[in-house]
Amino acid sequence: MQRRYRIDKGIKYLLFFSAIVSIIIVFLIFFFIFQSSLPAFQQIGLRNILLETTWRPTNGQYGILAMIVGSVMVTFMAIVMGVPLALGAAIFLAEVAPRAVQNVFRSAIQLLAGIPSVVYGLFGMVVLVPIVRRIPVPGNSGYGLLSAAIVLAVMILPTITSVTEDALRAVPRSYKEASLALGATHWQTIIHVMIPAAKSGIIAALILGVGRAIGETMAMIMVIGNSVIMPTPLTDNPLTIFLRQARTLTGNIAVEINYATGLHESMLFATGVVLFILIMIINASAHLILRNGERS
Amino acid sequence: MNQAESNASSTVQSAAQKQPNRSNLKQRHLSQKFAFGALWVGGALVMLILLVVVGYVITNGIREVTWEFLTTAPRGGLSGEGGISTTIVSTVYLIGLTIVIATPLGIGAAIFLTEYAGETNVGSKFLRSLIDLVHFGVETLAGIPSIIFGLFGFALFVSVLHFGFSLLSAGLAGACLVLPTIIRTTEESLLTVPMSYREASLALGATKWQTIYQVVLPAAIPGIITGIILSVARVISETAVFYVTLGGSARMPTSIFSSGRTLALHLYYLAMDTNAFDKAMATGAVLIISIILINLIIDFVSSKLTAGLRENQ
Amino acid sequence: MNSIKIETIHYSLNYGNFRAIEDISIKIPEKQVTALIGPSGCGKSTFLRSFNRMNDLIPGVTTEGEILLDGEDIFKMDPVSLRQRVGMVFQKPNPFPKSIYDNVAYGPRVNGLKDHKKLDEIVERSLRGAALWDEVKDNLNKSGLALSGGQQQRLCIARALAVEPSVILMDEPAASLDPIATLRIEDLIRMLVENYTIVIVTHNMQQAGRVSDYTAFFFTDETRTGRLVEYDRTQVIFTNPKDKRTEDYITGRFG
Ligand SMILES: Nc1ncnc2c1ncn2[C@@H]1O[C@H](COP(=O)(O)OP(=O)(O)OP(=O)(O)O)[C@@H](O)[C@H]1O
Ligand SMILES: [Mg+2]
Repeated sequence: MQRRYRIDKGIKYLLFFSAIVSIIIVFLIFFFIFQSSLPAFQQIGLRNILLETTWRPTNGQYGILAMIVGSVMVTFMAIVMGVPLALGAAIFLAEVAPRAVQNVFRSAIQLLAGIPSVVYGLFGMVVLVPIVRRIPVPGNSGYGLLSAAIVLAVMILPTITSVTEDALRAVPRSYKEASLALGATHWQTIIHVMIPAAKSGIIAALILGVGRAIGETMAMIMVIGNSVIMPTPLTDNPLTIFLRQARTLTGNIAVEINYATGLHESMLFATGVVLFILIMIINASAHLILRNGERS
Repeated sequence: MNQAESNASSTVQSAAQKQPNRSNLKQRHLSQKFAFGALWVGGALVMLILLVVVGYVITNGIREVTWEFLTTAPRGGLSGEGGISTTIVSTVYLIGLTIVIATPLGIGAAIFLTEYAGETNVGSKFLRSLIDLVHFGVETLAGIPSIIFGLFGFALFVSVLHFGFSLLSAGLAGACLVLPTIIRTTEESLLTVPMSYREASLALGATKWQTIYQVVLPAAIPGIITGIILSVARVISETAVFYVTLGGSARMPTSIFSSGRTLALHLYYLAMDTNAFDKAMATGAVLIISIILINLIIDFVSSKLTAGLRENQ
Repeated sequence: MNSIKIETIHYSLNYGNFRAIEDISIKIPEKQVTALIGPSGCGKSTFLRSFNRMNDLIPGVTTEGEILLDGEDIFKMDPVSLRQRVGMVFQKPNPFPKSIYDNVAYGPRVNGLKDHKKLDEIVERSLRGAALWDEVKDNLNKSGLALSGGQQQRLCIARALAVEPSVILMDEPAASLDPIATLRIEDLIRMLVENYTIVIVTHNMQQAGRVSDYTAFFFTDETRTGRLVEYDRTQVIFTNPKDKRTEDYITGRFG
């Protein structure tokens, strides 16, 4: 009898330990990333890191502004291309598609989400880049922001679609019924009742999508070209900026960490810190937009 | 009912005679037709994207996928020659390590979160805030980009703990990566187990742990399995974390301290360092096929899960 | 008897293979309150939701027979315009998570009305019609969800009025309200019947007695298919029912 209860107590402590492992890992991640980045911030200085565009580690130049711009641009472009399609797909899935189509479509979304990012990267290299290369602009290699953004748009599509679908399905049935009973069409009901009611879920989906986009590493390395230059138009036409090669913060870390030492290595951790902060800024502004939207 | 109100009510005109605005109705139906048409086109476009990506990789890759390709070792280096046998072994090895490390921790955490959260003994306030903190931790982990896990694994396991570029380092980093998935899916399935099961068992004199072990966990098994399979899929498709912790050796791993390369990593090296795009496609086809198989298994398990739920009700 | 507003002719409805109601023929008079009563599961809601074709939303539903609104077959009408003529109030108050004003203005707006003056007018008139104006006139921008249950239900009634229907369907509109809020809804129903045809489902015999002019009693047997047993003036149903089952139900012998 006593033994039974002693076991019970012991197990409780074991479970307790498993539970706090997550907290410990989060703490360790923050600790190691920040600690390892400290030399870089101290010796190079925030200004030189954030506001300089020249990245030449052999020369002691560690500006990452071009990569910040690269990450933000490619993410923004992917959102612009991917989000309308993802939201449309979610509405289609939740409200329009007949049951049989829904099942097929949902499996398709699931598969799209499961495909490894290197496969998307490979597809981008082999199929997309040669197509983009056909755009007749001097200096256009096919690799660059446009190709990377298209690949990224496809990669964030399933995340945003499935979270948005869940949000739409979570809207109480009574709202939909009330709207239809008032003589609104199904489409008006979707636009004026379902989407506003699902708004916070949809914002959460977008945040997830942005997080996924800005954190994507390997597929970006494979198609974006990786040169560290401030993205500028290739010709007089400002649109050619999208054909420019670039490098993302994530790509910078992955490409160089295996051989970097000393300050260079510390600087890659600092790149990670900047990535972190960028994600936090994006999340916070999304929440702010959400809250403002609710007030008005 | 006061006077003012009943006066007002008599001004409410019954609109029986008034027909709804016909032309407006037509226009509303038209815009619905248009919108739904656009949504069908969008849906078709998504399907098309999937078919093109999957179709292209499989049709171009599958020709190379022979028995020989699966069973010979890659040459490594810049040649791009050879098959993928060692990378399959590395992948399986890494999956095993990751799951063995993450599963007990993840299930344990989920049990603690669901089964001990409602306890109202002394110190329950502390417990409550601890549980909030754990949830916060899990959510934070789930939102951290994988390259950061890679950096962390590189700093702690590869460098500080001197595990080097190895399956062990990669497995530990991978476990951190999949831990939130396992905790969440297990937690969800534990929450669907009806309270009455627990009460019945406790009322029969079982201890809390006996109740969990014999009654709650069995009912939650499909959810737990789903979490594990999702983690397997994650390890198969993840690249960034292992790119910076596994070292990339094409040789056959001999122990957990061996360096290695997973299938996905191998694809990356082939595509970036060699001209062997055909082999890269073949590796991509193998990856996609394994993901399709895994999705089928998940569908099967979750259909079991919903069937089980229906029985519960 | 007033002129006939709604008439059903041998109307039946199936949920897939399950026949929920069968062969119901009934004439609902204009500008009167008609109560549908009967034990749980006998198909009252199903029948009520037929009048504005809300059952169209449920996959697998099939119907037989006819339903006429002002002599016109509703199944040949466009459901959207039908629902503008036949409003509905649900059992649980279900205001949209929008302001009081936007809730009431919703119907006119989706119908294409943009003129602010006219919208203001309609909102005020509808809220007055639902006996809610005095309580909310200073807080029209407050969320509809911030009101009490009884107020929410009156808001839902106001929202239905704003579309200017000629029929209002109510499915146990007071079931989730306290006795005082219930009485207010009942007063309101008597007030609205001056201008509207009202069909109400209720489980509360006293309520049926208080608010309705006509009462239809539905019943079901082991087959679970609902049938109309008796339909007459409320007074007759309550004092002199012809069918034994009606009498048993009304006197509470079925519980
Ligand atoms: N969506 C549905 N699918 C299948 N069967 C349904 C559906 N809705 C109702 N039913 C069945 O139809 C029958 C009538 O249901 P209905 O809701 O109309 O009864 P009711 O008289 O309104 O009952 P209550 O007084 O409890 O509200 C019941 O047997 C019910 O189980
Ligand atoms: Mg009902």
